[in-house]
Amino acid sequence: MSESELLLKVRDLQIDGRSDEIWNPIINGASFDLKKGEVMGLIGESGAGKSTMGLASMGYTRDGCRISGGTVEFDGIDLVNAAAAVKRDLLGKRIAYVAQSAAASFNPAHRLIDQHTEAPVQHKVSSRSDSEADGIELYRKLRLPNPDEIGFRYPHQVSGGQLQRAMTAMAMACRPDLIIFDEPTTALDVTTQIEVLASIREIVEEFDTAAIYITHDLAVVAQMADKIKVMLKGDEVEEADTRTMLSAPTQEYTKSLWAVRSFQRPQKPAVHTSATPIISVRNVTAAYGKVPVLHDVSFDMHEGRTVAVVGESGSGKSTTARCITGLLPPKSGHIEFNGEAMPLDYRKRNKDQLRQAQMIYQMADTALNPRKTIGELIGRPVQFYMGLTGKAKRRRVDHLLEEIELEPEIYFNRYPSELSGGQKQRIGIARALAAEPQFIICDEVTSALDQLVAEGILKLLAKLQDELGLSYMFITHDLATVKSIADEVVVMKDGRVVEQGPKDDMFKPPHHAYTDLLLSSVPEMDPDWLTNLLNERGVDNIGDAAVGKM
Amino acid sequence: MASILRIIAQRLGLGLLTLLVVSIVIFTAVNLLPGDFAQAILGQGATPEAIEAIRKDLGLNDPPVTRYFQWLGGAIQGDLGNSFAQANFASFAGSDTGSGLASVAAQVGPRFANTMFLAGVTAMIAVPIAVTLGILAALYRNSIFDRAANVMTLSSISSPEFFMAYVLILFLAVLNPILPSLSNIYDGMEFSERLTKTLLPALTLTLVVTAHMMRMTRAAIINLLASPYIEMARLKGISPMRVIVKHALPNALAPIINVIALNLAYLITGVVVVEVVFVYPGIGQLFVDSVKIRDIPVVQACCLIFAAAYILLNLMADILSIISNPRLRHPK
Repeated sequence: MSESELLLKVRDLQIDGRSDEIWNPIINGASFDLKKGEVMGLIGESGAGKSTMGLASMGYTRDGCRISGGTVEFDGIDLVNAAAAVKRDLLGKRIAYVAQSAAASFNPAHRLIDQHTEAPVQHKVSSRSDSEADGIELYRKLRLPNPDEIGFRYPHQVSGGQLQRAMTAMAMACRPDLIIFDEPTTALDVTTQIEVLASIREIVEEFDTAAIYITHDLAVVAQMADKIKVMLKGDEVEEADTRTMLSAPTQEYTKSLWAVRSFQRPQKPAVHTSATPIISVRNVTAAYGKVPVLHDVSFDMHEGRTVAVVGESGSGKSTTARCITGLLPPKSGHIEFNGEAMPLDYRKRNKDQLRQAQMIYQMADTALNPRKTIGELIGRPVQFYMGLTGKAKRRRVDHLLEEIELEPEIYFNRYPSELSGGQKQRIGIARALAAEPQFIICDEVTSALDQLVAEGILKLLAKLQDELGLSYMFITHDLATVKSIADEVVVMKDGRVVEQGPKDDMFKPPHHAYTDLLLSSVPEMDPDWLTNLLNERGVDNIGDAAVGKM
Repeated sequence: MASILRIIAQRLGLGLLTLLVVSIVIFTAVNLLPGDFAQAILGQGATPEAIEAIRKDLGLNDPPVTRYFQWLGGAIQGDLGNSFAQANFASFAGSDTGSGLASVAAQVGPRFANTMFLAGVTAMIAVPIAVTLGILAALYRNSIFDRAANVMTLSSISSPEFFMAYVLILFLAVLNPILPSLSNIYDGMEFSERLTKTLLPALTLTLVVTAHMMRMTRAAIINLLASPYIEMARLKGISPMRVIVKHALPNALAPIINVIALNLAYLITGVVVVEVVFVYPGIGQLFVDSVKIRDIPVVQACCLIFAAAYILLNLMADILSIISNPRLRHPK
């Protein structure tokens, strides 16, 4: 590689973060090179230091962080020691950033086009009117709807996937040499994600922009990157070009990441048609105020089985769960438990009816009271539903902790803040189990977790189901999770059930058109997957564009 | 736009309702004041008959509910009644009552105009200074400048108003006779002279109200600096000043507007001490004098004006906060 091609040179980069007045290392020496026009994928679990490193590549550290050693050289300029004004001159003009949440990263007070033209005008790259015209051109290239008009809207008037593309356009405004993409599609639905991925890849290729693509999703990075760098807790694990990395990882950690999607439960035999479902949702229609959310939703859930409810954000999955638990009484229809209609409002249900349906939430962080110890959190439903106190209560809590594979002696007196994300989610499971329910609603319980941790939770849920004969309603937007744990699948869209049936049938054609779109939008580890899909379908038949045609 | 108009109409309705409730509270409270006007005006030696005559004549013997509705009915039509104190009591001897009574409006009106003038001048000085200082303090947060601005505004707000007034008089009127220390303004005065005479009390009040507004501006802006969109602006290479003014300030307007409104309300209703020190003929002095002599119609009118000022300014702050939010200005 000749020196002239080299754009970014990072050597032995070390970054510290401050907590409680002490500087702790976050990145322990990372090195890499990036050539002009090259795309590097940066992967690892949350806390691996990916974002910190991405920002450090721009010479930027967040408050409470500092670069404590090593060098970052961009086109021969030392970004670690450069004056603020020198860095400001590069940022936005030659190095641009695309953030994870475009909705939070666009200023709510200004129109998109005003934010788009700000960098070119401030850096004196082009005039306001030229840059505005260029912005509209970029919106067109990124296939945003109404490119002539969309820039004149405020961020809240534009959908998440469109905002993410508008942000990519904004990053392109000065035609930078390098763009840092920080998990740009993590917050998006699969059908939206694929569109954004296609747009990003196309425009990066067209302008021959170098990029660092940060993500925790291996399948996504396989589509986007020329080479991949794996990080673990601030340490470099390995780096190789994409195809080598996917086919022949050398490190154990990388291999374990690659193997995550292997967990799969066998399909259970079909239910007897005469069996009484444990929970039956019958023609439920619900609304938030005057806004209708569910339309005539019906499906059954049987004992000892897992029903996965899939669909994109806003499809009514969580609302269905709220109807079942009685938190949101349906406008019409009813909920049957073991063949008997339950009161629609949870306030009218008796303790036993309440006990039978428990819930585990997506964000274990916010679902656990931070001021209660683990013992109190699990002890509360034990006492409330089971009437156990004193030693009996303690024995039961200890037993529950053992069930979720946490040592009772160690964890009983801890607070949620002293636990990792996966452990917190386990506490959520134990709290649901404390009521000894027959039926548990799992609302996106693995979405906020890293893949390895998520797998642990799925295995635990499967084990508990086998031991206790539990029924799960598993709400998720992740089809890989569905594949690994579900017996039956219910596909929802716009508050309606579009398809339902046993898992094996769902993953085999023929599908409902929407199910087909969902399935085909899930990225696969094959680096040619996106290219093939685009060749097969054409750019106008993927993602939201395809949803719109239905 | 329609939704904003609806919200404004709602707030306006609520404001009127509040004012109605406040009018009841004012009337009740004023009637609970010990002593009465007749006793106060005639002195200790008055005969019970004379007191009774005046009470009867002024309608003080009517039941409170009747008097409240009479007062309210008048107030709605813009007639705040007649001042007791300005009445020609000679006429009470005869049957010709009323002809010698001076209207409350004639008494309160000019005083209120003076107060508004003082509040206006103060606001013109204080608001730009406070907001600018707040922005600069946010920009150079934790620097010497930030701390100095904080210490100075906090010490001026912590000192009693009369003390700040005398300090200013000492430096600007006595040691360096730049400004007049007496603010005895009157009708028909030249505007420039009026302004010069108002300047010292206005400066005193500026020192009193700046700290609040400045600290709120600073806090509201700093509160937003951790937002992703501020980080985005920095990563676009935008200068720190522009980041604050263009990216943080528009989103920090609502709390700033609210604290400005509260301080303006204070300028209209709570500046008695400053008025007394500078002999400024504002409504505050009139109010205190009227309470002293139990001139109930004037007291009630002043209270009502104060309440209306508070409600109106807060209403305006609400509306401006709503308008400053693009989500409400440009619905989906």
